[in-house]
Amino acid sequence: MSLKVIGKARRRVDGRAKVTGLTKFADDIVLPRMVHCRLLRSSHPHAEILEINSEKAKQHPGVHLVLTGKDFPITFGIMPVAQDEYPLANGRVRYVGDPIAAVIAKDEQTCTEALDLIEVKFKLLATISSPEEALQNPEPRIHDYGDQGNIHRIQSYEFGDVDEALAKSDHVFDDLFFYEGNTHLPIEQHASVAAPDGEGKLTLWSSTQVPHYIHRALSRALQMPGSHIRVIACPNGGGFGGKCDLHNHEIVVSRAALKLGRPVKICLNREEVFYMHRGRHPVLMRMRTGVTKDGKLTGMHLQTLLDGGGYGSYGPASTFYTGVLQTVTYELPRYKFDACRTFTNKPPCGPKRGHGTPQPRFGQEVQLDKIAEKLKLDPAELRLGMVAKPNSLTANWLKIGTIGLAECIRQAVARSDWKNRYGKLPAGRGLGIACSSYLSGAGLPIYWNKMPHSGVQLLADRSGQVTVFCGATEIGQGSDDVLAAMVAEVLGIDPFEIRCVTGDTALTPVDLGSYSSRVTVMMGNAAIQAAEKLKAQIAEAAAEQLEVVPSRLSFSEGRVFLSENSNKSLSFKKAVEFAEAKFGTLGAVGSYSPPRAPGRYKGAGVGPSPAYSYSACVLEVEVDQATGWIAVPKIWIAHDIGRTVNPVLARGQVEGSVYMGLAEALMEEQIFRRLPPKMSHALVHKIPSLLEYKSPTSLDMPEIDTILIEDPDPNCPFGAKEAGQGPLLPVMPALANAIFDAVGVRIDELPITPDKVLRALKLKKSGKNPRIGPAHFPAVPYPKSIFVLPPWEGGDGKESKKDDAVAVV
Amino acid sequence: MSAIPQRVHLELTVNGEFAPVSFPSYKTLLEVLREDLNLTGTKHGCELGECGACAVLIDGEPQLSCLVLGVECEGRHIETVEGLANGSELHPLQAAFADLGAAQCGYCTPGILMTAKALLDKNLDVNREQIKEAISGNLCRCTGYQQIFEAIEEAARRMKP
Repeated sequence: MSLKVIGKARRRVDGRAKVTGLTKFADDIVLPRMVHCRLLRSSHPHAEILEINSEKAKQHPGVHLVLTGKDFPITFGIMPVAQDEYPLANGRVRYVGDPIAAVIAKDEQTCTEALDLIEVKFKLLATISSPEEALQNPEPRIHDYGDQGNIHRIQSYEFGDVDEALAKSDHVFDDLFFYEGNTHLPIEQHASVAAPDGEGKLTLWSSTQVPHYIHRALSRALQMPGSHIRVIACPNGGGFGGKCDLHNHEIVVSRAALKLGRPVKICLNREEVFYMHRGRHPVLMRMRTGVTKDGKLTGMHLQTLLDGGGYGSYGPASTFYTGVLQTVTYELPRYKFDACRTFTNKPPCGPKRGHGTPQPRFGQEVQLDKIAEKLKLDPAELRLGMVAKPNSLTANWLKIGTIGLAECIRQAVARSDWKNRYGKLPAGRGLGIACSSYLSGAGLPIYWNKMPHSGVQLLADRSGQVTVFCGATEIGQGSDDVLAAMVAEVLGIDPFEIRCVTGDTALTPVDLGSYSSRVTVMMGNAAIQAAEKLKAQIAEAAAEQLEVVPSRLSFSEGRVFLSENSNKSLSFKKAVEFAEAKFGTLGAVGSYSPPRAPGRYKGAGVGPSPAYSYSACVLEVEVDQATGWIAVPKIWIAHDIGRTVNPVLARGQVEGSVYMGLAEALMEEQIFRRLPPKMSHALVHKIPSLLEYKSPTSLDMPEIDTILIEDPDPNCPFGAKEAGQGPLLPVMPALANAIFDAVGVRIDELPITPDKVLRALKLKKSGKNPRIGPAHFPAVPYPKSIFVLPPWEGGDGKESKKDDAVAVV
Repeated sequence: MSAIPQRVHLELTVNGEFAPVSFPSYKTLLEVLREDLNLTGTKHGCELGECGACAVLIDGEPQLSCLVLGVECEGRHIETVEGLANGSELHPLQAAFADLGAAQCGYCTPGILMTAKALLDKNLDVNREQIKEAISGNLCRCTGYQQIFEAIEEAARRMKP
């Protein structure tokens, strides 16, 4: 098959709007009679609200409405199992920034003035600032639900007898790692506009990645039928996972618009975005890994401890994701995974690019570097020797399809001249390698149902216009471009001839949203199915006119023609006319659900994906041994993308991932400090501004050599896997490993900052273990494991008793 | 504090057009552009002069419109992304950004386009280092900057006589 659109470098279909300022982000929406909203947020991390007096605020000139917790009697949450937030606090605040009241007024300035007039009486409660404190202090409970005390989720899974595997190993490596939390930092601050329409129904325009989930959760939060709510996801000014929750402000402006009968807008300021967070969980990890003397993994026992912050958010999923994908990259015969997420009185953590997997990936890849060092093996060769097999099952019953990882490693190694330079660069300079894998879409939605994950509807008419409707959401990644490309390829027309209508729950079929790298695969498959149906109709009508059989027709470059004689041809537009005459109004739908995963144990739903992407990264570093300063001159990244839809955008996704990974590796941290006791002892964000929360600028970014490895996956549209999250994952450990090559110190925690490098260098100089990282893993009351036999030990994918395990060689 | 701040009336010049506008005197140029002149192409990411999303040109120089008061701008020539194209013909910077993946989400794009325009208006023989330096005050979270550098270089090539 020769492809005309897929794989060709093109301007993205929405590119022109983005460079002319015409892309309408949520805060760009202005409606007649629109009023504005701002939220009063808690200045205390944990307190009961005894009284709220908003009388003065209500009397303030220009104020239309003041809302408090009384106006919102029921809880909400994005996951059905974590309905633990109130839109405005109902008697209790759980982190600094928790919304308490809302003022709706003629403009933002008036809102701000009125917020100062609201008086709140608090009764301060003891605060929990870390997972360790949460474990030590089951009381006071931050929530009255959760597995126990201040533990939100605690779980354990074992796939084969790991202790036995470790006991039989030639070496067991036992390491502790810590990954500090960080935040998404989209340049667009979250904004929403809610307005009642002529029928009294509600429309919400919002910076959201998941209009369908918002639609569903909003219906519950407002106790309004979904048929009376329309959610329109505006193009997002960056998402990265930060716009995946239903946020308090979205519910508040919706309620306010319905009460006032007029449009209400809110746009958060930057400090509020930092406090709303839902970003990367800080995770402490213990990783015990067995290896043979020739460098094969025998088993791994991973324990994770997550700092969840004040609410559930996507936490139950995040908890699983700190472990479930550890098995997908390398052959791992046995695996045990314990995880625990605690509540703390800090902004809630949630999904950020790579959702829960960058943390254990960092640990595993750094540990592999230590293993290679100990076994005196080349770290690249060590990895090449253990790459998971294509079309295989993992110990935890995930089904792997295609794997381009070996080729990724080979290319990154070749392009970086690894063999001649690793371990051989002058002191202070070094190379590090790391690999990773990621989902191309989660196998299950966040609420249980049997309906499609993505739906696409196509319309074509005599004008030659093709309109494609899909609930997928453009967050910058190129969702609309993928949609247009898929349809254009099948119908043989130019992508710019296609109009995309996306992310609108009133107009578009359900797509679950832009998260878990699912859009290309799921929406793409649905789009191809719809386009093939439409193509069949057009082909039948065109064949009749051309007096040929439909199966002999080709669609290409805007024409429908006989494959063996292109003179027998019609324009696409003319062919559509004949089809419309023959069949009536032309339309087709397509839908996609992922294949059923083989795991049958409780919890097997997190981890499966239609396809996994793979990446390998080599990173070069220069460390100034006097100051600890870290410079990264170049990064090589090879990504197994299955097939490239649009090379321009694919490269952008990969390089953007590398950028964000490097940012997390070197500088980004969402960290808190306590105010002095006389100032309330509150837990406040140390650096809630774009100036102090450091992210790389144009001057900080190294050259990136991007290599796309194509190994089309049969589960994927034209073979295309994800590219927007996976390539982030190997960057952080590649940096840590490069620093070891450069100066011989191990930094087992992120971010890796000059002060840590300097401390490690001092340890090295004084003959001590030159390692900076966590020294202690607390006693976590993990439960007895759910035991599942791996596929190669006679398992059937269901839970079984550990005693059933048969000895295997 | 007065609930209704005093309004001022000014005659601005925006994208070469006469733009009379009245607004509360506390408003920044960013707010006047977006809220009073409906020029929402200029974005905001912090309102504190940290991110560069609101960059516009004032008398040909890139300025953060969130740090400039509207009342400071009378008689000065303001350029925004809306004035960059010539009718429906894209400016070479716009075309290169669209073609080469320099705009992903597109939110930082107007600020970077205007900053790059100021750079290229002065010098079409720019090198990579000068480009990096020029846009170092504009944060982008999507691209990793590489494709932005390339697009500015490509635009400079296309703009050369």
